[in-house]
Amino acid sequence: MSTDKVITAEQLTKRFGDFTAVDAISFNVYKGEIFGFLGANGAGKTTAMRMLSGLSMPTSGKASVAGFDVYKENEKIKQNIGYMSQKFSLYEDLTVKENIRFYAGIYGKSDQFIKEKTSVVLEQLHLTAEGNKLVKSLPLGWKQKLAFSVAIFHEPQIVFLDEPTGGVDPVTRREFWNMIYLAAEAGITVFVTTHYMDEAEYCNRVSIMVDGRIDALDTPEKLKKTYGVATMDDVFLKLARKAVRSAD
Amino acid sequence: MRTLKFLLQKEFRQIFRDPSILRIIFIMPVIQLIVLPWAADYEIKNIKLAVIDHDRSDYSRSLTNKITASGYFILTDYTSSFEQTLGEIEHDKADIILEIPASFEKDLVKESESKLFMAVNAINGVKAGLGSSYLRSIIQDYNREVRTEWIQFPRFSPETNIEVTNSNWFNPSMNYKVFMVPGILVLLLTMVGSNLTAINIVKEKEIGTIEQINVTPVKKFHFILGKLIPFWVLGLLVFTIGFGIAWIVYGIYPAGSFSTIYLFAAVYLLAVLGLGLLISTYANNQQQAMLISFFLMMIFILMGGLYTSIDSMPGWAQAITKANPVSYFIEVIRMVVLKGSGLADIKYQLLTILGFAVLLNGWAVVNYHKRS
Repeated sequence: MSTDKVITAEQLTKRFGDFTAVDAISFNVYKGEIFGFLGANGAGKTTAMRMLSGLSMPTSGKASVAGFDVYKENEKIKQNIGYMSQKFSLYEDLTVKENIRFYAGIYGKSDQFIKEKTSVVLEQLHLTAEGNKLVKSLPLGWKQKLAFSVAIFHEPQIVFLDEPTGGVDPVTRREFWNMIYLAAEAGITVFVTTHYMDEAEYCNRVSIMVDGRIDALDTPEKLKKTYGVATMDDVFLKLARKAVRSAD
Repeated sequence: MRTLKFLLQKEFRQIFRDPSILRIIFIMPVIQLIVLPWAADYEIKNIKLAVIDHDRSDYSRSLTNKITASGYFILTDYTSSFEQTLGEIEHDKADIILEIPASFEKDLVKESESKLFMAVNAINGVKAGLGSSYLRSIIQDYNREVRTEWIQFPRFSPETNIEVTNSNWFNPSMNYKVFMVPGILVLLLTMVGSNLTAINIVKEKEIGTIEQINVTPVKKFHFILGKLIPFWVLGLLVFTIGFGIAWIVYGIYPAGSFSTIYLFAAVYLLAVLGLGLLISTYANNQQQAMLISFFLMMIFILMGGLYTSIDSMPGWAQAITKANPVSYFIEVIRMVVLKGSGLADIKYQLLTILGFAVLLNGWAVVNYHKRS
């Protein structure tokens, strides 16, 4: 694994009124790694991710993504990242190909690039026959895989995935993680939040958020050793049980 | 520019795939322009009249005949009891009671003077006022007829008479449809422009696609242009359909030039779209957007000079109409369609609307945040 930092956060904080959603978190993410961002509902994962992707203004602290400052250069960050939110966010009334073309287009990709890469991606997804179908006609698992492909279509340095496999069957989840591995092999850094502890095992490093703070950050093996348990599930339970904040 | 091309392509595709938008564009103008002008009629007709005739003479009967022959009144009752007829007014079966006294004919013949009594249900002030003045003028007319019948060939008229002749300019037959239809067209454009834009953007907020756009390098300015241009085109399309209907159904063809009207409509649409955009930056879901635009539309319609003349409103209400973009366009479209006013005559209104467009869009752009 490389030692180039693509994401750095120092004392990054977000407050909504008197509620501190993210409480002075500090961490680094290295190029090409799959970084798991774990935590119970309401622990502050999505807020942290939104700050890093330029959707939310931090209250205090420092952070840079792809070498750009989150306060001042958030529009430059956007050119270099992909983002897949919890909500499915492709246009259901556009076809598969139209969605790809639209998102690639607004990232400034050329017609030639879009055309060539679209057929490659559709083939990978086994969606070649469905290219001209409306997205709303696809099953959820396919939609999620398509959304991921769209999020990395413009070949960003980093992709942020917010619970990408929520509500998806185990087979599709496995396929989805294969796609994540392929992306990481291609040099894209993957920043992923999840509730599934088996997925945490697939990550290079994992951080666990409790009540807006990062309570643990290490490789899955070391975390299990530190806490003296057999699975990531147990690590998570040990830490999450301390939470005082109620889930949303 | 390339970004804008992709945004526009996406927007037009979605619009033409959405059957509800197509329905709004093609069916709304047809219904509004074909049905509403017939209902929005200022003339008072079908006034329910009850006559209490205590006299039952030739004169009282010929007066009653003359009133009913005018076409404005429906004779609902013809009795000789006041109590019974009063009950009819209470039960809304009569709008006006005309009481003819028992000595009507006798007084008229012997003393050349007689009295009639009129009782009016004044809940609807306009109907009461116009109804009683129609009735009064019919009675006066009848009075004149009686007089000419008696006074045989006078050498000199015993009374001096001032006779007035008038000529109605710009709308010679005083056809109220020529007056209403252009105004309704303005309302149509306002509703289509502001509602469609507001709901379209708020829908993207609800689905979450707007967040996906916000995380891309798309500039705020491009995103907003990508929303405004399609609805601007759509608004002009609806306007054109509306003018087609006005011409085919009511024979309304502007006395002035189409280019003046379209220039104004084009600028006006920018203001209205800006309003829709502004609503969308404040509303979080479609219900909120609908309620805000519904509230504004009520004010726009009632304070826009469509139904009631702005000049007869109290001073403070007139001041409010100055902040109502609808009032300017209603004024302008009537000037151009009826009077044939040119660009020079509407300069003030055009510049004001341009000001509205800049203000509303500017406010919306400032209030639209890619980052919260």
